[in-house]
Amino acid sequence: MIDRETLSRVTLFADLDGPHLEEVAHTLDDERFPSGGHVVHTGLSSGGFYVIMEGAASVLVDGDERAVLKPGDFFGEASILTGDVAIADVVALGELRCAVADAGDLRPLLQRFPSIAIRMLEAGARRLRAANEWQP
Amino acid sequence: MAALEKPHAPGSYDVVVIGSGPGGLQTSYCLDRLGIDHALLSADDEPGGMFQRWPVFQRLISWSKPDAPASRDSVEYERYDQNSLVADDAEHRALVASLMGRESVFPTRTAMEAGLRAFEKSACIRVRYDCRWESTSVSEEGVTVATTDGEYRCRFAVFAVGMTEPWKPVLPGIEHVPHYAETATPSDYRDHSVVLIGKRNSGCELADGLLPWARRIVLVSPRAVQTSVLAHATVRPRYFQPLEEHQVGGGVFALDAAVEGIERLPEAGFRVAVAGTSWTGGFVLEADTVIAATGFRVPLGDLPQAGLQTVLGERVPALNPYWESVSLPGVFFAGNATVGAVGLRRHGVGSASTSVRGFRYNARVLAQHIAERLGRVPPHARPLAADEVAPFLAGELCRCSDLWGQKAYLARVVDLDGGGRAFDRGVQPLWHFVDMSGPDAVAVTIETDRDGVTFPGVYVRRRGRLREERLDPQPLNEFEGERYRRELRALIG
Repeated sequence: MIDRETLSRVTLFADLDGPHLEEVAHTLDDERFPSGGHVVHTGLSSGGFYVIMEGAASVLVDGDERAVLKPGDFFGEASILTGDVAIADVVALGELRCAVADAGDLRPLLQRFPSIAIRMLEAGARRLRAANEWQP
Repeated sequence: MAALEKPHAPGSYDVVVIGSGPGGLQTSYCLDRLGIDHALLSADDEPGGMFQRWPVFQRLISWSKPDAPASRDSVEYERYDQNSLVADDAEHRALVASLMGRESVFPTRTAMEAGLRAFEKSACIRVRYDCRWESTSVSEEGVTVATTDGEYRCRFAVFAVGMTEPWKPVLPGIEHVPHYAETATPSDYRDHSVVLIGKRNSGCELADGLLPWARRIVLVSPRAVQTSVLAHATVRPRYFQPLEEHQVGGGVFALDAAVEGIERLPEAGFRVAVAGTSWTGGFVLEADTVIAATGFRVPLGDLPQAGLQTVLGERVPALNPYWESVSLPGVFFAGNATVGAVGLRRHGVGSASTSVRGFRYNARVLAQHIAERLGRVPPHARPLAADEVAPFLAGELCRCSDLWGQKAYLARVVDLDGGGRAFDRGVQPLWHFVDMSGPDAVAVTIETDRDGVTFPGVYVRRRGRLREERLDPQPLNEFEGERYRRELRALIG
């Protein structure tokens, strides 16, 4: 469980009213990673869907940093939804605190709260656009 | 004079272990086996920890089968006995199973307590009782633990203090209602209308225990009960009875709602305002009794002031894969606080660290880790010939109780040096294995996915790259045959 106040500040959950925010808070745990700790491993399927609450994380492909994730950003959903293994490492940059839903809870959460799925799609579209504009 | 005869006088030790519940006893036993000098301290006056008081309704939710496919004095038997502590010597094994009755596979609280007392005596574990941990200071040199009996200095402190401090969420009026820990005897609730805040372990335990007495029981929490998950959970016997009553309309209601506030009425009774989550609207529940069945936290004393970070709603310490605080080096945890080392959440399923069946294995791995950190034992590295690796791992998948007790959490690891030699590196946290860069290696686990299918997991690290493989399940969990050896050989290369 994570506290409702903290959750209410995250864009992903911005459309939820009080009781539903409380319900989502009961679906998530909070987890901390020390600096340099792996949250997602290349080659392994993800066991959780993570939303950054405090700190930052680096997305690494073959050791090269491709993105830096900040509070409100999320990851882990692609591996859960497709069943494929992760194709990047996500590593804590300094101390990192995340809200996390267990892999099996993600799909029911999105089905129950389509507003979260729409917020995810919006963020996904922005990511895709940024990736298309990205030049190595 | 009695105090002078107590073991472990204040002073300097390699390790200090605090707590005489199952986590403390198991850790002390494992440290003893490795010859590690340590003091075991307890605020209580006898062993048992939380089992001296809880569960309120007296029967555990984890099972022990007095007779099983493996004989009781064997290591393999541990899989069928979720409650006894584990031991290298046959005479200390399966003590709960040997002391419990046969009326149920779920032992009574008193049988569990007796089993722990028997383990302490049988394995000659020496506890300094009536010695309460009061404060802590942590520096680069080590940890100083101040107690009612004096000061203990050590390199490493292991806190095995259970998850025993009642925890309530922030809710208007919650201060007016007792916590699960303050529940009276069931007959005191005769003909009461009861509201239980929470519908997890303790809420369902109270509902089950009050069924013969209370007039009406309403369990309230925002999230719907995950019945498909419960079907595979050890807690299901207790959950399903109240839920069945809910479904047949038998005077129990499992309400998916957020509690907005609790009002104590001037004469007697309560009003509880709730707002629906799986339904629209809200109302006020009237009740004779309200109990907060909202769980427990680890009693952390002054450790948060010393810089200890927490997780899971500030209830447990944030730990690394070897159960050491991520923010206070030298401060370790044993027992159910080890859930603070969350692990990889494989298949979205957590560890078994909140129960004896899981954390007894964490304690063994922790003791080995501490002994290695102190330089008292060499790192576990037993040479294996290349052609021995696959049969060895297949055998471990069948017989290694650690893998069965901590599925997808503890792994058997073999390093492969490429020159035709290999080294069995013992049991390690899977989380540690995948986080570390290192030589080519293979780790095997037993895993159960959310559909309840059990299968071997294989993690291969080659030139720093990880790959996970899932071997097929076998209906009788017999993973030792030629087929599995062949598949393991192919993966190891």
